[in-house]
Amino acid sequence: MRLLTHNMLSSNIKGVANGFPLLIEVEKVIEKQVDFNPDFLKNIFPKIEWKALVEASRSMGYAELPEESPESWMLDSDDFLRKFHHALLELHLEEGALVCPETGRKFPVNKGIPNMLLHEDEV
Amino acid sequence: MWYLCVFFHRLLDYRKPEVESLAYLFGVNDALEWKLPKHHHPDSPFHFVNLPSEDIARSIANRSILVKGMYEVWGEGSSYEELEEAIRSYPEDQMLPYLSSDTTFKITVDSFGKVFSFQEQNDRIKGLSYIPFKGRVNLKNPDHKFWLIETDDYGVNNGLPPVAERRIFFGREIGAADRKLIPTYQLKSRNYLGPTAMDAEVAFLMANQALVEPGKLVYDPFVGTGSILVAAAHFGAMTMGADIDIRVVRDGRGPDTNVWSNFKQYGLQMPIGLLRADNNLPPWRPGLKEVFDAIICDPPYGVRAGGRKSGGRKLLKGVVDPYTVPDDKRVGHIPSTAPYCLSECVHDLLDLAGRMLVMGGRLVYFYPVLREDSTRNPFPDHPCFKLVASSEQILSSRYSRVLLTMVKIGPYTEEIAETARRKHLEFRENHLKWLEDGNLHSSVFAPADPQVTAAGDLKLSKDPKPKYRGKYV
Repeated sequence: MRLLTHNMLSSNIKGVANGFPLLIEVEKVIEKQVDFNPDFLKNIFPKIEWKALVEASRSMGYAELPEESPESWMLDSDDFLRKFHHALLELHLEEGALVCPETGRKFPVNKGIPNMLLHEDEV
Repeated sequence: MWYLCVFFHRLLDYRKPEVESLAYLFGVNDALEWKLPKHHHPDSPFHFVNLPSEDIARSIANRSILVKGMYEVWGEGSSYEELEEAIRSYPEDQMLPYLSSDTTFKITVDSFGKVFSFQEQNDRIKGLSYIPFKGRVNLKNPDHKFWLIETDDYGVNNGLPPVAERRIFFGREIGAADRKLIPTYQLKSRNYLGPTAMDAEVAFLMANQALVEPGKLVYDPFVGTGSILVAAAHFGAMTMGADIDIRVVRDGRGPDTNVWSNFKQYGLQMPIGLLRADNNLPPWRPGLKEVFDAIICDPPYGVRAGGRKSGGRKLLKGVVDPYTVPDDKRVGHIPSTAPYCLSECVHDLLDLAGRMLVMGGRLVYFYPVLREDSTRNPFPDHPCFKLVASSEQILSSRYSRVLLTMVKIGPYTEEIAETARRKHLEFRENHLKWLEDGNLHSSVFAPADPQVTAAGDLKLSKDPKPKYRGKYV
């Protein structure tokens, strides 16, 4: 699971009001190379919840992203884009879990695939 | 500028929409003008299309799957004498650059519905000696390709109405489809397959309808073995997919036979995200919208494979109360699922697409229709979308599937979201009723009622738009 996916997911258990962002429980992180595409990054940037991305990348052991949400001019900086690219697309949670911030329910991540299916009593 | 667009004689309903989508992709915003050669039937492979420039015509042809070639026509006629007259009166300054002595060329003799012997082809090429070719012939890698295409009365065996008159075209090739893609990506060489994996040719057509380009984000909510996303990734898109069946997305059939390996096999960019999720209760965070450039999918409509959604069968029937999973069994618990009827599935898909597609983004998906009542069954609509193309592919005498291409033209408002929420609850409450109403499987496989069949035949014979079925069409 890339952090782009993480940034889009929330816990949708019935009754949960604040299911975002999911906490990450790391067992194994691997890095997977992805072709660098500045246009894609610029397009996706406004859709990203920055704080959630910074925290998620920290829990995956990458602390290079600035704390504050970047100004739009930073998107022209190659250095920034490379870091953003790395955090968003190349960090890959292979084994671990996503934890609902409200209920503590764990959504397991095995072989890089988060399992977001709810149990019967959560629907 | 008018170009002759010759199609492969396949998937007839898909041909023009593909060219139209690609024209839009390459910057043509107005609707395309089409016309037919004299005496030709709309299902003929020969069409004229008006495009702003040769470059656009070339880009369309090279990217397409169903265009055999785009040609600048130098002359046409119903006989070789008429053809000669037409070519002689074609402006010389438009021909000479392609005939000069420092270029190489090749002439191909082609036909539709008949076969020419080698001798016949040679005779026809020699008959063109009145064109002042100065360059050298190069059959392998010519600078300019010329085509002499003849269509004549071919009998009745290909299903098309007989040709009233012979037609001969001579023209310069502008571009042609890269059909090599299809053997490269064909399913029989694919590592990991499911029973409903999308045929490579159709998957590429879907990607073209969705205007897939490098840097775009494409999502498939019913990803399965990834066969649609493979086509999207071939055209450079970032891909994401979800499926409710974890065995398919996570495990596959071993470490080198899974969704990832299908991308690795062709050296394509791996999907950016694959997850297990229920399209009925998608786990996207509140407030997330307009992220995908295209959603392409083949929803499970219950003929070859049925859809599933969260919630047990008995639970949704109201026979049992929700099962509370004991705390010690929560890890590794396998939640039960219930059948997911087509109308609910399509409702969820349109709602998801309305919310998650960017403005101008496209939703491309297959929708099944029962052929008998296709007139009574309009395609699904949604306030956010405009239907731009529908292409039918006949699957059996009972039903066919239609590839729908919808463009997002309106924002996803609170009001639309509220209507969708209410509809979602209605589907939950009347789970059984919807399952029975939307059961395509039994309609398709039910034994034929003699009366209905008789009426159906009558109707078929009166069908104003005949469709041809067969192995290749």
